[in-house]
Amino acid sequence: MREFFERISKIDRRIIYLLVFIGVTIPLLTRKGFEFKPLQEVETAYNFIESLPEGSNVLVSIDYDAASMPELQPLLEVMLRHLFRRNLKVIMLGHWPLGLPLGQIALEKIAKEMGRKYGEDYVFLGYRPGIAAVILNIGKEIRGVFDVDYRGIYLDSLPIMRNVHNYSDIALLIGFEAGSVGDFWVQFAQARFNQKIILTSTAVVTPDLYPYYQAKQIVGLIGGLRGAADYEILVKKKGFAYAGMTAQTIIHIIIVALILIGNIGYLAMRRVR
Amino acid sequence: MIDTIFLWIAAGLTLAIFSFLYKDNPFYKVAEHIYVGSAASFWFLYLWFFDVEPKILGPFKEVFHAYGFWGMWAHFGATQWILFIPIFLSICMLLRFIPPVAWLSRWAIAFTVGMAAGLGITGALQGYIVPQTQATLLPVWSGDLLTSFNNIIIIVATLTTLVYFFFSREHKGIIGGFAKIGITFIMIAFGASFGYTVMARISLLIGRIHFLIFEWLGSLF
Repeated sequence: MREFFERISKIDRRIIYLLVFIGVTIPLLTRKGFEFKPLQEVETAYNFIESLPEGSNVLVSIDYDAASMPELQPLLEVMLRHLFRRNLKVIMLGHWPLGLPLGQIALEKIAKEMGRKYGEDYVFLGYRPGIAAVILNIGKEIRGVFDVDYRGIYLDSLPIMRNVHNYSDIALLIGFEAGSVGDFWVQFAQARFNQKIILTSTAVVTPDLYPYYQAKQIVGLIGGLRGAADYEILVKKKGFAYAGMTAQTIIHIIIVALILIGNIGYLAMRRVR
Repeated sequence: MIDTIFLWIAAGLTLAIFSFLYKDNPFYKVAEHIYVGSAASFWFLYLWFFDVEPKILGPFKEVFHAYGFWGMWAHFGATQWILFIPIFLSICMLLRFIPPVAWLSRWAIAFTVGMAAGLGITGALQGYIVPQTQATLLPVWSGDLLTSFNNIIIIVATLTTLVYFFFSREHKGIIGGFAKIGITFIMIAFGASFGYTVMARISLLIGRIHFLIFEWLGSLF
């Protein structure tokens, strides 16, 4: 028995990597899914978007980059599809320069798929440095920060932006967060201008955002791959996130089993000593 | 054709990064350096085209094109004159690289620190501390057993965690008891954060393996 626990405690990390690799690959190849109920905070976010009047402006902020792409990109596409299907106008900007092209790629792809026109149904503003300054200035006049879109076209030349000046013209803000920009949106846009916000985030960031949801500072929270899978269920279009949940569950079981074995081994070895 | 080339580059770089799991090797190093280099150049381009060019040079360009170099000074308005402040502070910041006048960079740093502190304090008070305190003032009995239980957890966790960070008295007796409950809640929070972090990292792995199987290998068969 002692030998067994000694061997377990000295297990090569590469064997664990192999186990994780197999645990991810097999469910993806077999494409077996299972049913689960969407989380309440995701359902609230979905219902809020459903309740918006047609033609409302939605500000989408890209605050992640390629390192968080698997978690947030599928959700961005699903949400953009949902926004366009509801005939909502999309104004996209971002605070992470390395991630903005990802937002632009998704926006152009979904807009083309849904037959939406640039400047009328959607616009891509791009990036300005200084997160807090940008957020606060949008509260006064968006042209103070973005006088032109990413192509250099003046905002007044774009029909979608003619009547958009500040947060009072924006029905909803959706932040795609892989860092702390979500805190800025809540602390400045929501607290000062009462902007309605839905935050979607990587799983790492999600625990830090729950207090905002509990305090009703945000109207919805979509966290990690699970949140994305929930949203795919709600819009009735199961995709990558839903497919990934089986792999996610199997890996969680493997990790819990490894933690348990490690702890049992540690306790057993201590007793022997 | 170009899509296929980029697909292979992406797959090759993914495999090169994964090779680190076995041990450090030249393929990993190459991929790492490509990432750092391309990210740095991308940052530079973005800052230039989305900030320096339209926000700093743009307002001067318009007047310059209309009146020429010597004529433009007389036609500068508030928009142009105010830009000399950030330009001056930017130059101060760059002077860090010239030792005899490096001290001037402190002016720019002082401006940034002062502004960040002002924004941080007001933002934290207005957007975090006050709303979060309000959200803790919950009824112990709400009429529903589960909600009441959740409310009690929130109230007890907030109070005991605050007691844990109260260092003016030694953690003994009642204070010590509350502090122990507080640290238990903190540990539970750390556990939740760790669980979410594992979930995030696995999601990234799922994304990459999905890419390798369905996009890269899928394009071959």
